[in-house]
Amino acid sequence: MSESIIRVRHLTKTFGEGEHSLDALRGINLDVQEGEIYGIIGLSGAGKSTLVRCLNLLERPTQGSVVVNGQEMTALSEKELRKARRSVTMIFQSFNLLMQRTCLANVCFPMEISGVPRAKAKQRALELLEIVGLESKADAYPVQLSGGQCQRVAIARALATDPKVLLCDEATSALDPTTTASILALLKELNQKLGVTVVVITHQMSVIEEICGRVAILDNGSIVEEGLVTDIFSNPKTDAARRLVYPNGVPETIVAAHGSRTVRVAFNGGTAYQPLIASLAIDCGVKVNILGADTRNIDGKAFGTMLLGLPEDPNEAAKALSYIRSQPQITAEEVENDA
Amino acid sequence: MLEVFTAAFWEQYGALLWEETLNTLVMVGVSTVFAYLLGLPLGILLILTGEHGIRPHKRFNQVVGWIINVGRSLPFIILMIVLMDFTKLIVGTKIGVKGAIVPLVISAAPFIARMVESSLSEVDAGVVEAAQSMGASTFQIIWKVYLPEARPSLILGASISMITILSYTAIAGAVGAGGLGNLAIRYGYNRKVDSMLFITVILLIVLVQIIQSVFSRVSAHTDKRLK
Repeated sequence: MSESIIRVRHLTKTFGEGEHSLDALRGINLDVQEGEIYGIIGLSGAGKSTLVRCLNLLERPTQGSVVVNGQEMTALSEKELRKARRSVTMIFQSFNLLMQRTCLANVCFPMEISGVPRAKAKQRALELLEIVGLESKADAYPVQLSGGQCQRVAIARALATDPKVLLCDEATSALDPTTTASILALLKELNQKLGVTVVVITHQMSVIEEICGRVAILDNGSIVEEGLVTDIFSNPKTDAARRLVYPNGVPETIVAAHGSRTVRVAFNGGTAYQPLIASLAIDCGVKVNILGADTRNIDGKAFGTMLLGLPEDPNEAAKALSYIRSQPQITAEEVENDA
Repeated sequence: MLEVFTAAFWEQYGALLWEETLNTLVMVGVSTVFAYLLGLPLGILLILTGEHGIRPHKRFNQVVGWIINVGRSLPFIILMIVLMDFTKLIVGTKIGVKGAIVPLVISAAPFIARMVESSLSEVDAGVVEAAQSMGASTFQIIWKVYLPEARPSLILGASISMITILSYTAIAGAVGAGGLGNLAIRYGYNRKVDSMLFITVILLIVLVQIIQSVFSRVSAHTDKRLK
């Protein structure tokens, strides 16, 4: 947890030339530590996809330096770059599996192109399918799988060359919340078990919240905020960050009017949210105000966020906060009132 | 026309019909193979060098595209006449089955190039990108991604190409090549043997149906997206 496995400096990417040119990335600096799960979040058009493609040079940066795993990627020859890409693999929103190959053959694919003997590749592919929990689907074709299963195969495929870094480009955006949670859990597990560094690109704050330690907020081609997820959540400083933390508009006026301590509660797929407020009142005898909520109830599980105004009394507020934090699948961050 | 069903007709023309059907099949088969040897690489080049290809090269793409369009704008019968000296140089004769194969190949190759281009363009760009992200070389992407992923579509395209070549052979028949087209002209038109015209039409229809259903079946059978 000290060495930067990805080190980006003054990265610029401009598409087109002259008056039709578009600055997709403007002077990005980024450090991802070995073994961490790092999030890059931004709204669509912010430049996330371009940024992640500059990390494995699927997009060639216009300017700047990209050092991955100790190698200056922009200086590599084409052949060296192809080899380097085996240690910086990628999964995608649309899975991008080869539709005419079985799952097993899909996982074999990267080993096939890097020259691993067939029998050895097959054996390794079976191990990987077992790791992602799909050994029974080895001979199935992608069309026979669900979205979540496809992404698991894609993850197994991305791990086939023992990468140092796994880039996830909106990897859960096409999946339903329950499947998203299971894929995120898998990524977390792989990160811990295999030590693979994970870079997560997403537009969903809930994804960042679920697995990332640190996050960079990308807005209009620049990183506007960067730091620990907990810090950014509890106190988003920039407009871009606030837009992401409160996707349905910032209830700042309410927060300001409320005056007392405010806490932002995130529901990550636990039991539905109503009982929380009720049980808070029953179990602790503390009443909280719901200042704003953006929650969805899917299959009896709650996803989303809620802003709660804590009681004026500091003891009661602390009691409420610790009670909320003790609930499974719920995270709570105190929001600082600027007013 | 009912003559077709008499023993006398078959006695007189049966062997000839059989021979010319075989000639047609030879012309179609050989021409398709050679036309693909030219057209397939051209189609692949078009995709690779296209705007969204993995080796974009505008100038090259335009030049290849232009040549293909020129090839496609010449009617087969004109091309056949224009190419006569070239044909003689390559196969030693301007006429007959051999003489027809050269213009058939030259004429079908640009068409096939466009068919291949269209099939390969159906391959999901994301899959190609995924292969690139794993460090696949251009050759590996062609051989292990583009061609296998587009296989069902390429097979269907091959049936269209083959049927187009079949119709060209009938035209070639009019100017001295063998085959069913030649029979239709020589007997059906010149000698007014109506039943000959009738039977060649029937045979051509049967050939087209066979080609189409075989290729459609093979295409569907190999397409793992339909499981």
